[in-house]
Amino acid sequence: MRLPTRHLLGIEGLHPRDISALLDLAESYVLLNRSGKTRRDVLRGRTLINLFFEDSTRTRTSFELAGKRLGADVINMSVSTSSVSKGETLLDTAATLNAMNCDLLVVRHKASGAPALLAQKVDAAVINAGDGMHEHPTQALLDALTIRRNKGTLAGLTVAICGDIAHSRVARSNLLLLTAMGSRVRVVGPPTLIPSGIDQFGATVFHDMREGLRDADIVMALRLQTERMSAGLIPSAREFFTFYGLDAAKLAVAKPDALVMHPGPMNRGVEIDSQVADDPTRSVIREQVEMGVAIRMAVLDVLARTALAHA
Amino acid sequence: MHDTPPDTLIRGARIVDPATGHDAVGDLLVRDGVIADFGAGLGRPDGAVMIDAGEQILCPGLVDARASLGEPGYEYRETIATAAEAANAAGITTIAVLPDNIPATDDPALVRALAGAGAATGRLTIAPYGAATRGCKGEMIAEYGLLRAAGAVAFSDGARAIGPAGLMRRALSYARGFGAMIVQHPEEPSLAAGGAATAGARATLMGLPGIPACAEAMMVARDIRLAELTGGAVHFAHVSTGEALDLIRGAKRRGLAITCDTAPPYFDLNENAIGDFRTYAKLSPPLRSEADRLAVCAALADGTIDAVVSDHQPRDADDKRLPFAEAAPGGAGLATLLAVTLAQVQSGGLGLIAALSLLTDRPARLFGLDAGRIARGVAADLCLFAPERPWRIEAGALPGKAQNTPFDGRPVEGVVSFTWKAGRRVHG
Repeated sequence: MRLPTRHLLGIEGLHPRDISALLDLAESYVLLNRSGKTRRDVLRGRTLINLFFEDSTRTRTSFELAGKRLGADVINMSVSTSSVSKGETLLDTAATLNAMNCDLLVVRHKASGAPALLAQKVDAAVINAGDGMHEHPTQALLDALTIRRNKGTLAGLTVAICGDIAHSRVARSNLLLLTAMGSRVRVVGPPTLIPSGIDQFGATVFHDMREGLRDADIVMALRLQTERMSAGLIPSAREFFTFYGLDAAKLAVAKPDALVMHPGPMNRGVEIDSQVADDPTRSVIREQVEMGVAIRMAVLDVLARTALAHA
Repeated sequence: MHDTPPDTLIRGARIVDPATGHDAVGDLLVRDGVIADFGAGLGRPDGAVMIDAGEQILCPGLVDARASLGEPGYEYRETIATAAEAANAAGITTIAVLPDNIPATDDPALVRALAGAGAATGRLTIAPYGAATRGCKGEMIAEYGLLRAAGAVAFSDGARAIGPAGLMRRALSYARGFGAMIVQHPEEPSLAAGGAATAGARATLMGLPGIPACAEAMMVARDIRLAELTGGAVHFAHVSTGEALDLIRGAKRRGLAITCDTAPPYFDLNENAIGDFRTYAKLSPPLRSEADRLAVCAALADGTIDAVVSDHQPRDADDKRLPFAEAAPGGAGLATLLAVTLAQVQSGGLGLIAALSLLTDRPARLFGLDAGRIARGVAADLCLFAPERPWRIEAGALPGKAQNTPFDGRPVEGVVSFTWKAGRRVHG
């Protein structure tokens, strides 16, 4: 398969056909990974650079592992957050990476649109690994893969995404992907953490978590950044946990076989209770991590092929 | 300072003077920098340069009531000389220049210096705004009396709203004593802080911090009330929402001293122009919904809006080649002012004379400027343009230095063939 564009900047712009094909390819990589084999020929001789302007151990590691399992030369660049507030640095970095003939550039940045800006300036295929409040496409893809493996399909499922929707790139990418694939998406949170106009993208908004979770097939809790409290968007962590923390009592109104998901890292006792997070019959949080590697292998594979087709 | 320009006979132009409604094909004679005569079948005096207008439109040189020129303080973005080039290419011969430079125009000497710098170009009258507060810092009101005596046309803090109600009240009261107008950037600061786009589906999809559109109407409502309280005059700059325009329409109906302007982006573009993180379309106020754009068009047509201004905010590539939220707001507007306004005429929303009036005599009258008219004995500030000649607006190919146009790629009609400043040919 090939993608319509040479970068993966977001779920926006992906056709459901592309999404399904990426998920199918990732399935094959799940099997490969579980067999303990690798396919180092896929990206042999190619250079993947992990360019992280924001700290992230798990996403960076996941991309690193994905690249290495496919035979790429992987380089990690963490740029300290203090030196990147200037945009010149971003474009200067792009120029430097261009000179190094990098093939695949994985970017995380605190500003929405930063990977799109880089994509205009570099020859490499750019993969958005999370930009500000905008998108985190590989997270949505790995969530979709996790759901599809457990439920057999995405179509017709009711998915409740809970917590800080306003500042969440995970919520946006998931909303775009899941609605495109025929799921019914609910967003659940206090009004101060629900972005305006979100209903126009097919989400149903709930402020009462029990109503939002009723008969849901999937319950996704989002990380709540502590800055939201200092910004005065919610008064305290305990108030948030009482009304929007995912615990067994609130989960009880969802379907009996509803799955619990979280993009990690978790704030236990803030947006999710440990009892729920660690319940092996409900929580697929660890499986999400495994799917992350497979999805990123699929994305790297496809973008490398797309680049060849463009060359 | 400059040589007397040669006498010029412009023959066979469609002469349009919005102030009087004059609209007829004829000739216009410029002598000693002044309009000596105009009408049918004028003779060509010895030695006069003759321009065959071929029935293009000859109108007063445009009066732009709101622009930043980068000088002093931001010369890397624009200088008065490069701005003059861009302005003249669009037929602009008079510009009211905002005070929020470095230093801010809060001293009479700076008012005189700016006006003098404009005169020195020989291409442009600069009518400086005075700072509404010292340093445009929003704390203490500036010396309105002295600034006015030095030539300041109105008082404003430029791109910054006069935030505290108490400060605005004092500014309006005090300015009233000197017959001066306060020009407000109508945006409630505590709702606008950190925002990069109008709040709503577009901003949410792009993950950008939003400014609710009502931040404009709230400030307009407050300041109308303060104008009532103080008897002062408020002019709202670059109004962009239907809600604010409704309030202004109502205040005018009640006879209050309330006026406003808008700029081409707000009647020609909507918020979708920021798609793909196009930072050249990041403006302040931010681009609005289509419904608001249509409300601005309607307010142009019904006369609620008193002037169309360039709202020129020159930006360097380094100011704009940044992630969207970090990029500086503002668009270059001089070179595209006439053509994008004419698009309203072509679409049938606005008559030609009404459109030109918004660019000439109405802003001139509002800001007390001796410009924007075609009449015997006035300075020959003139613009001759081919209204239907097409061109494409392209960042990188605009006259002047600033290239940050939000209209990049837009096809338009209306090419300025010649611009004269006090009889001197400054473009064409």
